[in-house]
Amino acid sequence: MICPGLFFEDMTTTVAPTPETSLKALPLRCRSCGAERVPAPLSICDNCLGPLDPVYDPKRRLPDARTIASRAPSLWRYKEWLPFEGEPVYSLDSGFTPLVEAPKLARRLGVARAWIKNDTVSHPTLSFKDRVVAAAINAARAFGIDTIGCASTGNLANAVAAHAARAGLAAWVFIPEDLEAGKILGTSIYAPRLVRVRGTYDDVNRLCAQVADRFGWGIVNVNLRGYYGEGSKTVAFEIAEQLGWRLPNAVVAPMAGGSLVSKLRKGFGEFLAAGLVRGAVPRLYGAQASGCAPIVRLLERGGEVVEPEVPHTIARSLAIGNPADGALASQVMRETGGWGAHVSDEELVSGIRILAEDTGVFGETAAGVTVAAALALARAGRLRAQDEVVLCVTGHGLKTLEAVSGVLADAPVIAPRLREVAALVEQAGTH
Amino acid sequence: MAVNVNLPSVLAAHAGGARIIQANGRTLGEAVADVAARFPALGPRLQDKDGKPYPFVVFYVNDEDVRFRGGFAAPVADGDEVTVIPAIAGG
Repeated sequence: MICPGLFFEDMTTTVAPTPETSLKALPLRCRSCGAERVPAPLSICDNCLGPLDPVYDPKRRLPDARTIASRAPSLWRYKEWLPFEGEPVYSLDSGFTPLVEAPKLARRLGVARAWIKNDTVSHPTLSFKDRVVAAAINAARAFGIDTIGCASTGNLANAVAAHAARAGLAAWVFIPEDLEAGKILGTSIYAPRLVRVRGTYDDVNRLCAQVADRFGWGIVNVNLRGYYGEGSKTVAFEIAEQLGWRLPNAVVAPMAGGSLVSKLRKGFGEFLAAGLVRGAVPRLYGAQASGCAPIVRLLERGGEVVEPEVPHTIARSLAIGNPADGALASQVMRETGGWGAHVSDEELVSGIRILAEDTGVFGETAAGVTVAAALALARAGRLRAQDEVVLCVTGHGLKTLEAVSGVLADAPVIAPRLREVAALVEQAGTH
Repeated sequence: MAVNVNLPSVLAAHAGGARIIQANGRTLGEAVADVAARFPALGPRLQDKDGKPYPFVVFYVNDEDVRFRGGFAAPVADGDEVTVIPAIAGG
């Protein structure tokens, strides 16, 4: 017998936008002064310059677990917690990536159980940024914006270019000139206006703040940021659902701008408030590369003000020296009982290899940072023997091949003769 | 020393709609104080009551983040371009 509840509402994928929509973006409220604003492509309060967040109707009807489970396997199965009224139009198939149990990694960490939240297979661009762009591009649609863009360390560039191509929108993508080849090619293939800027990500980010102000485009992580950031919460929602509607004890996530850690707390908190899970928000741990660790250093130093850094690390997707949500991320790690760690470039390369060898998941440099930081946190006693831990792996390793291409052993080259294979087997000492 | 202060649109509304304001001072802090004296609605959005910068409003002098040059103590020269950017972006 087939349970009717197991049928998905819609399993199809399309790149053609729906012509008609009732989609509306939610209004905004300043996180600092509480001033309310009508829905708009605006991320800064004109009263106090604080950040604007979407405001949800507390009386809206929320689905139960069975209803959510019956929906299509995408991030839109949690649409009541995403910043829109009406049905989304674009990027309907992003999200709902696998949660992969990793017993070998759990033993290495000395914890009871460990999982990888595997956004290396995120659709369509193999990174977690598909989630936030799915939210932002629908905000653009709600506002009638026909050109989107971003400041990016690479993964966001891939996602903006691909999602815009599918939606038929124009895209202007700004990146530091020296990004990895995979990140540049993985953007330009979608034929956006790709601009390489001489400078760091923070220079690019400053430029994009001016671009958004000047041209009125929807720069997803600038003037659409309030809507964009909400897409990150779906990582928390998926973890809870995929664990069987319960929460882990701890989550380790990479930090660049610091948004993911704060949105994980918000997402777990919203599911707790909705009664979909019980317990407490997991301890949230943040990971950075030592060559760009302004958030972890703020956490260690104490205080509320990030001291900006000039990045020097191969983990370019995390190389944000002036993180917009750095102070918030530091606060969240403290308040949830978590902590942070930063690791060297050598350690992050080792982390990439450990992840691949222990779990079969090939992550990019940020994944190496996350794994190496989790190991450092375990050595420091921050992770405990009874813990159930989720590691957020946010991007695919094929995007940053440079990081590992020089450290792996060359494969032997042989003639097509069985005796040469036999010699290799004897040399390896195994069958 | 006269510098050009470039404002984002959310702040220009507090300066009578002007996107570029000329200001005088030998340091960035003096130039900001000059702007604050002439545009009372803008002043509290550029500096706190003690005349210090906010962590969420970033100043650039000729495209360089002044936090690497001493903050409000950074010297400015005639014709310098000062750009004000709210910090809530990126990542």
